[in-house]
Amino acid sequence: MSADSSQSLLPDLLVEIRSVSFGYENNLVLRNIDLTVRRGQVVAILGPSGCGKTTLLRLIGGQLKPSRGEVMVDGLAVPQLDRDDLFQLRRKMGMLFQFGALFTDLSVFENVAFQMREHTDLPEEMITDLVLMKLHAVGLRGAHELMPAELSGGMARRVALARAIALDPMLILYDEPFAGLDPISLGVVSKLIRTLNDALGTTSVIVTHDVATSLDIVDYVYLISDGRVVAHGRVEEIRASSDPFVQQFIKGEADGPVAFHYPTGDYASMIFPGHGD
Amino acid sequence: MLLQPLAGIGGKANGLFSRVGLAGRFLLETVYYSGMCLRRPRLVIKEIYFVGVLSLAIIVVSGLFVGMVLGLQMYDTLDRFGSGEVVGMVVALSLVRELGPVLSAILFASRAGSAVTAEIGLMRATEQISAMEMMAIQPIARVVTPRFWAGVISLPLLTSIFNVTGILGGYLVAVNLLGVDGGMFWSEMQDSVDFRLDIMNGFDKSVIFAIAVSLVAVFEGYHATATAEGVSRATTRTVVISALLVLGLDFVLTAFMFRGI
Repeated sequence: MSADSSQSLLPDLLVEIRSVSFGYENNLVLRNIDLTVRRGQVVAILGPSGCGKTTLLRLIGGQLKPSRGEVMVDGLAVPQLDRDDLFQLRRKMGMLFQFGALFTDLSVFENVAFQMREHTDLPEEMITDLVLMKLHAVGLRGAHELMPAELSGGMARRVALARAIALDPMLILYDEPFAGLDPISLGVVSKLIRTLNDALGTTSVIVTHDVATSLDIVDYVYLISDGRVVAHGRVEEIRASSDPFVQQFIKGEADGPVAFHYPTGDYASMIFPGHGD
Repeated sequence: MLLQPLAGIGGKANGLFSRVGLAGRFLLETVYYSGMCLRRPRLVIKEIYFVGVLSLAIIVVSGLFVGMVLGLQMYDTLDRFGSGEVVGMVVALSLVRELGPVLSAILFASRAGSAVTAEIGLMRATEQISAMEMMAIQPIARVVTPRFWAGVISLPLLTSIFNVTGILGGYLVAVNLLGVDGGMFWSEMQDSVDFRLDIMNGFDKSVIFAIAVSLVAVFEGYHATATAEGVSRATTRTVVISALLVLGLDFVLTAFMFRGI
């Protein structure tokens, strides 16, 4: 797909993560991660819950600083940026939070208009046009007067998506965009992520554990487990991988390299204390 | 072994001091980012409606009853010495100097402070604060400062309203119920309530309480643990800390203002 057909003159790599570790000495959440995202691509970071995926997203957004290693976005070293430069960079990023994180005291319209009002001094008519355009793109122009509490989970996610693309970002970060959606909303949201990425010419990073949905729409996959990148490649390469972890994860098997049982002592000796003595 | 309890006390004290330090820094940040409120006064006005206007009912009703009870109790005692007519003065002085600022601040903390804490805490729990940071918007400027200044503006006004309704309550009881002469009630009050010493000092108290209560409310909300339990704890802490802080500050302020220590 667009992965190999990038004809842009801009540096090809939008996000570069080089030997990044995060956490404390004894408790590293991420260990020596290398990850790159090309412009125009939709990249999925897949992994079991609690494997450090969201941490990775927060490192890209500059909300966390790595313990070691480099995080580069658009040629800038994110951890070294001061607050103003970081905020400048973030204006070019959009982020979709796990449950939308819509501002509950503002209407759908005002949620999407939020950044335009904060960051630009566009006239009111133009803001109206832009907001309705963004809402139209996610199919919710008709819902612009509703409050977030009146939306279904899928609609809230779409409004959040419209808000994330409000200022036409160069990079959109998605934190579990598929979590807790019904099948129809799931289809709508995943299709939107792909089409918006291509239509806006932006780049997307999706953190998720939903293998089936994400493999259908992304260009490149990173599989993360226990803080390490265990496999990466294009979708077809991942599907064809013979790695036991990859297979367990893709097929959703209960036991395998990721054990079913939480590590503990011998079963018999726990039930019958003194049994093995 | 002997050191264990000592270390425990030390740890607690350490935690307390670092929290006080954090709150101080948070106050400085809040003031630093207050420019937003001047550029967009609408944000503050909206919050004044929530913390101020919606607290009117509880302030008016409480003020009325406190004044009525004061009238009853004071008249009873004063009448034994044959000076029942000074009840107006006693009611006004007690309200303006002490009860007005202190009770309004405690009522305000329970009605509005807790709501502000819960609101900001829930914004954190639902990642709205993170979302704002990712949109390159400083949440302290956008979320904290309007609520802080709304509290600082509203509480002194509410305190004045509390005082007025309290005095009216005292009047109702003393004049209409107990038969004190209306003219005496007002003239005694007029003679002995000093504008600078009593009214302005009471007003200053309410401004300081407003800063304290508003700071506690926004600080606890902003630093709430991002869970349902965390928000409920933060809300409780807002009410408890505000009440203790107001009473403690009141003693210190009274000592300086009225005793000239």
